[in-house]
Formats: sequence, structure tokens, C-alpha cells
Amino acid sequence: MSDTTPQAPTAAPGPRDLPTVDITGWTCPTPLRETPRVVMGHGGGGALSAELVQQIFAPAFGGELLAQLGDSAVFALGGQRLAFSTDSYVVRPLFFPGGSIGDLAVNGTVNDLAMSGARAAYLSCGFILEEGVEMPVVAGVADAMGAAARAAGVEVATGDTKVVEAGRGDGIYLNTAGIGVVPAGVDLRPQRVVPGDVVIVSGPIGLHGVAIMSVREGLEFGVEIESDCAALGGLVQTMLAVTPDLHVLRDPTRGGLAAALNEIATASATGVVIDERAVPVPPAVANACAILGLDPMYVANEGKLVAFVPREHADAVLDAMRAHPLGAGAAVIGEAVAAHPGMVVARTPLGGTRVVDLPLGEQLPRIC
Amino acid sequence: MKYLDEFQNPELARRLLDDIRATVTRPWALMEVCGGQTHTIIRHGIDQLLPEEIELIHGPGCPVCVTPLAVIDKALEIAARPDVIFCSFGDMLRVPGTDRDLFRVRSEGGDVRVVYSPLDALKIAQQNPEREVVFFGIGFETTAPPNAMTVYQARKLGIRNFSMLVSHVRVPPAIEAIMTSPSCRVQAFLAAGHVCSVMGMDEYPELADRFRVPIVVTGFEPLDILEGIRRTVRQLERGEHTVDNAYPRAVRADGNPAARAMLADVFEVTDRSWRGIGTIPASGWRLSERYRDYDAEHRFSVEGIATREPAACRSGEVLQGLIKPHECEAFGTTCTPRNPLGATMVSSEGACAAYFLYRRLGSTPTPLEATPVV
Amino acid sequence: MCLAVPGKVMEIEERDGTRMATVDFGGVVKEVCLEYVPDLAVGEYAIVHVGFALQRLDEESARRTLALFEELGLLQEEFGDPWEAAAGQDGPQAQEARQ
Repeated sequence: MSDTTPQAPTAAPGPRDLPTVDITGWTCPTPLRETPRVVMGHGGGGALSAELVQQIFAPAFGGELLAQLGDSAVFALGGQRLAFSTDSYVVRPLFFPGGSIGDLAVNGTVNDLAMSGARAAYLSCGFILEEGVEMPVVAGVADAMGAAARAAGVEVATGDTKVVEAGRGDGIYLNTAGIGVVPAGVDLRPQRVVPGDVVIVSGPIGLHGVAIMSVREGLEFGVEIESDCAALGGLVQTMLAVTPDLHVLRDPTRGGLAAALNEIATASATGVVIDERAVPVPPAVANACAILGLDPMYVANEGKLVAFVPREHADAVLDAMRAHPLGAGAAVIGEAVAAHPGMVVARTPLGGTRVVDLPLGEQLPRIC
Repeated sequence: MKYLDEFQNPELARRLLDDIRATVTRPWALMEVCGGQTHTIIRHGIDQLLPEEIELIHGPGCPVCVTPLAVIDKALEIAARPDVIFCSFGDMLRVPGTDRDLFRVRSEGGDVRVVYSPLDALKIAQQNPEREVVFFGIGFETTAPPNAMTVYQARKLGIRNFSMLVSHVRVPPAIEAIMTSPSCRVQAFLAAGHVCSVMGMDEYPELADRFRVPIVVTGFEPLDILEGIRRTVRQLERGEHTVDNAYPRAVRADGNPAARAMLADVFEVTDRSWRGIGTIPASGWRLSERYRDYDAEHRFSVEGIATREPAACRSGEVLQGLIKPHECEAFGTTCTPRNPLGATMVSSEGACAAYFLYRRLGSTPTPLEATPVV
Repeated sequence: MCLAVPGKVMEIEERDGTRMATVDFGGVVKEVCLEYVPDLAVGEYAIVHVGFALQRLDEESARRTLALFEELGLLQEEFGDPWEAAAGQDGPQAQEARQ
């Protein structure tokens, strides 16, 4: 059944004496135990980011709330349980298919609050502007923020502006912080996850990351994909209306679904098993990832959540999600298990398994 | 026909696996040469689905893994120069040199940019005529034609601020070196399909004959890998050792003549040191005399850098399939994917990185323990 | 070394004396250099690596390969397969997780 029987070799070296390859004499490079300076990977939402927080920030601040390392801090104040969160936005380009840095800045913080079950009430907003950036650009970003805030039902209540010299910023950096009330009876933490919990993702993954990559210098490609950037507060309230007894929610932003699931597996000390066939990956996301050598599980989302739900409520929660516009594509993708605590494992379409590890840092296109 | 989903079909995979299982009667050690194939194997869990008689040894076919330390150090030195924009494929940024990597060079102010194609680097050179733009030209016979064309274009268009740091490697001399190493256990090769898309297959019959090993040209989708294994096992069980093409949709006997002609013009064969393996005669390409002006090693004075690799890791033996990663003293202790000692731990499909994941998994009593094959 | 993917040629043009094409990778469109496969026509598929078409994909050959895989299964069914039972045992795991 040989398709080809090649001809005699053209560049036949013929048998000859090769020097014996001395493998025992070979040595290896000094390990890069730590980086003396910040590298881009420290902002990638993976292992390097976590190390930065654990080794420098958490010890320096020392607070108990921070040590929980949630998307937002939940605490009691004046007789109410509040959620409080902040996030900074350094996306490039400022405007991308499906949104802008302004949409991200509102929705990102609203979503961080929503992951603790809170409905966002007020946001703060810090603008760091670069000297020379055009006024219509600033206005465009501000308008986008205003529209996103109105859509999310949140008020931008306070703010600040600073300007840095030309060349010392990327046009516009944004920071937002937000505060909201956590409804009674709602307690969303990875520590509540138990084996048997059903893992639900709210829709197709990888859209935001691929949309951004498609317009990034050096990678540009054409794709009819838009960022999924959206505020998830409404979807979360819909889910909580089914049962307040959801165990944990995460929005899989930087580091993608893989990072979110690993964080939950580690913090809950349970294992997570995912069925890869069940993970909704749009064909264009899969194909963009194939070209760049990336894994959709590691690509960022800005309008998705992953939920760990007690098995008895899973069907009802899934139905409620699918009835909501931002959860129409929701799917059960796996479950929490007692085996391999702290580790996420995917069953492949062929029936094999692979470990879905925490990404290290920056996701880079590869050729190999 | 989209040439993609069709070759990932689980039902057909099951049929191929059935056939392999029905054929195999005793243990065989196969080496898949290419890192891309290793990636498919790990990504789809193919190693766990094979009958236990079949051992897959990950070959040296990852350009990230085998690029010599001396060249990495040259790249780091050039990339750190203030007048240089250093362009590279993303894979290379994490590879450690003597005391740093490209990520670190970037954090120290170096202008290091990730590109998808070498032509993107040429474009950057056109857009930045006042800067020196250097592209890190690594890779096997698959990546060599794009890099060759880029240098050819630079000369044709007279783009003087562009140069390339070239460290290309060729597969057939590596197969020869592996087979002549004293403790070689490899009994058959899955040859890298995309290398053969360019080079054709005429370098392989002599190797198959001399070392009495089946060499099966194999593609990269799950069904391609299984078909390559199936044909290899068939030959092994029958005592045959021929060159076979399991990837005929993309590989012709004479490869791509236009690409081969360009390679012959732009590059010349040279001895090349492979990280983890040693110097292999005539195993590399460098820019030929005609393109000397575009050779970054020529343009920048980067000779005489002292390189140093501590003798802590046995990546070389892992690369050659002589030991399992966990048999190395450094494995999992001083050497992890985050702090790689050796090249096999750096790449996501490097043997140690892959094994690191499976070993951790295998340490828990679950049915997933299966066979963590390296 | 070999992250190369199949793409379909949509449009061809000469640019700076170089043969370039717009290539569709299942909804993702990139510019690709055709210098190494100059007779590639619109509608045909090629293997593309780092922005270069390296080889035309042969549809006839791809169909033959897939047909061969189908046949393997048929032969198995005809002669019965002692391994089938054993193989069936690791199947349900995946179905379980899928729910």
C-alpha cells in the first residue's frame, strides 16, 4: 500500500563514519529562577501573575480579604454585605471589533462584582491619558463607558484624570473600581465546590482574545468575529433567581477558561474534568488558534462566565441561562471530581485525556 | 473537503486503533521526529489510546529545543542593542541562554517583537529605515524556505537595514546521528510530513536501508498520526524497512522543487551543533556567500560570547529517548516548566514538559493513570 | 517545526513582484505568499506555514486516504474484532462527563 517508492537518493552521503554523539558530556543552562524585572507575563493572568500577588502584594498588604484572592472582596459594612473590586485596562488597540477600552472598563469591573453575586451599584473611573492623544478619541472612550454603564445599570459616581508625557503611555489607560450589594443567602466561593458539582460555561469561548489578536500589530488577520464584551450582572441575577445556592462563578478573562478552572480547582482542592467536545468553540476561534498554535481554552473572554452548580440544580440553572440573551449558548462542559485535586483534566474527542495546566504568562503564537 | 475535521474523526480513529491493536504482537519503540506531531499526540491523548506494546519516543524535531546555546546567546546580545528591532517567532522567547532569555531582554529595554511570518519582519524593516531589523531564522526544512524567500526579497528590494540570524537544521542527518549513537533504541521513524512537503522523500531510502528501520512520512492530524503508526507497525511486524508515505495529500516524492531551488541559492550546508545532542556533520544551513550582507552574525560583532550550561539536567538523553524525564535528577525539583533547566522542559511539547503533566496526573490513583509514555 | 495548516485560495495578486494570495482558513483570512506554489489557482487548498504556501493539497489523494480508513472498519466488522469488547470499556468515561 506504499504510495511512493522514491528513486535513488540524489544527495546520497553513503555510509560514512560519524563522530559518536557524546550525550553524557552535554550540559544545560542556568535556570531562570526569577526575573529581576517585571516581564509581560506578569500581567498575563497565569502563574506569573499569581506569583507576583502571592510573593509581593499579599505579604505587603497583609489583609485577610486580599488573601482570599477572589475577583472581588466581600465584606459586611453598615449591616449589608458588599462586594468591592477594581481592575485596570491597558488594551491595545483602544477600539477593536465589538468594543473599546471603555466598554471593557465598565463591563470588566461589573463582571468581577457579579462573580460574587453582587449587582454593581457604583463605579469609580481613573483616566491616565498620554499627552497628544486626540480629543475625539478620549470622547469616544468616554461615550462608550457611559453607554456601557447605562446598559449595565450602574452609575459612574467618581473619577480622576492624570496626563503623562508623550511616549509614556499607550494613549489611554483606564482604571475602574466598583461596589455592589451581595443578596442575602448568596455565598459564591471556590471553597464551596464539592465533587459532583456540574461545570457550566455561559457560551462560546475565545471571542474576545481572537478579536483583539486579529487587529494586533504583527499578527493581523481577517475574521468576522467580535469581542464578546458584555456586562453579566443580569445573567447572574437570573441564575440566582433559580437558586441562591450556586457554588462559585468566575469570568474567564486573561488566561481563558483554563486559568479560571485551574484557580477554582486549586482553591477548592477538587479535581475538574472537562469533556472537550462539549466546550463551545466557534469555528473561527478554533481556526485562528490553529494558525497561531494557540489553545482556545487559554484565550481571553470578556462576556462569559463559568459556574460550578450543585448537580440537583444544574438543569434548571442551565435552562434559565439559555433563556437569557447572554447565556443562549450555555453548555455543561464537565464536573468537579474527588480525583486529582487541584488539577484540570480534559477528555479529548478521541477518548484520551490531557492535563489543562495553568498558563504560565503571555500566550504567544508558535511555529512548532 | 476542508482537510481538517475529516482527519480528526473519532470513529475513524477507533478503526485505525483497532487495526493497530490487531496487528501488534510485541513491543516496538517508534520515534516521531517532529515536535508538531508530539503536540498532536499529547493534545489528543493518543499515547494513552495505543496498545501498550507501542512506545512513542519524542524526537528532536522542535527547533526551539535544539537551537544551540551559542546561537541563543548571540540572539540575546543582538536583541539587547539599542539600534535593533529583534523579530522572532513566539516560541523562542522563553528559551534560556547562558543567563537570560528574550523576555528578560525585553524587560531590560530591548525591542523584541513577535511576528507570525518572516515577511512581517521585512515589513517592519521597510517601516523603520533608521533601525536595524534582525529576524531570528530558526527551524527545520519547513521553515527554511519562507526564511530563504525573505532574505531573497530583502536583497531584491534593496532593504539594507534587514538581516537574519540563521540557525537552520535538517532532519535526515539527525536521524543518522540518532541511529549511530551507541544506545539507540529507536526501531522506526514517523518522518515529519511538512518537512517532506518541501524536501520530498529521496533522502530517506538510503537511511531506511542502512539502518534497517521503517520510515513512514506522517502528517499532523490525529488520524494522520494513527495512520503513520499503523503503517510503521505493519512493516515492523513483517520485518520490512521501507520508506512509505502516509501523508500523500501533501507530500510528493520530489517535494517542492521551487522551494528546494531557493534553498540551494540562499543557504549552504554546514555542520551544526544541536542543543542536547551535539554537533552533527552537515546537519544545518547557513546563509551562502552570496547573501553574506544579510547575515546578522556578519553584520554584528557577536563572536566570543562565553556560553555556560550547568551539568544539572540530562535533557540530551531525554531528547534521544535514552532515559525518561523523571530519571533525571533535576526533574520536577530544580527543573519545572516555569523554571526550565533544559530545552525539553521549555517547549509546551517538549518531552519533559509533557511528562511533567502526566507524572503529576499519574501520581493520583485514577483510571487516567494509563500509560504515561514519553 | 511544522505548524502548517490547510487554507483555501480566495484571491491572487502580484505585489512588489511577488505572488501573494488572500487565503481563507475556515473563516480566518490571511495574506499568504504563493511564490513556492505559483500555479495554485483560486479555490484550491494549500498547506501554509508562517505565511507561505508550501504544497498544494491533493483532494483525490485525501479522499483515497479517508476511504482506506473506512475500509479498515468494514474489514473489522467482517472478521469480528476480539479487541472491540476491551476497547468498549474505556468509552463510557467520556460519555459520562458529557452528560
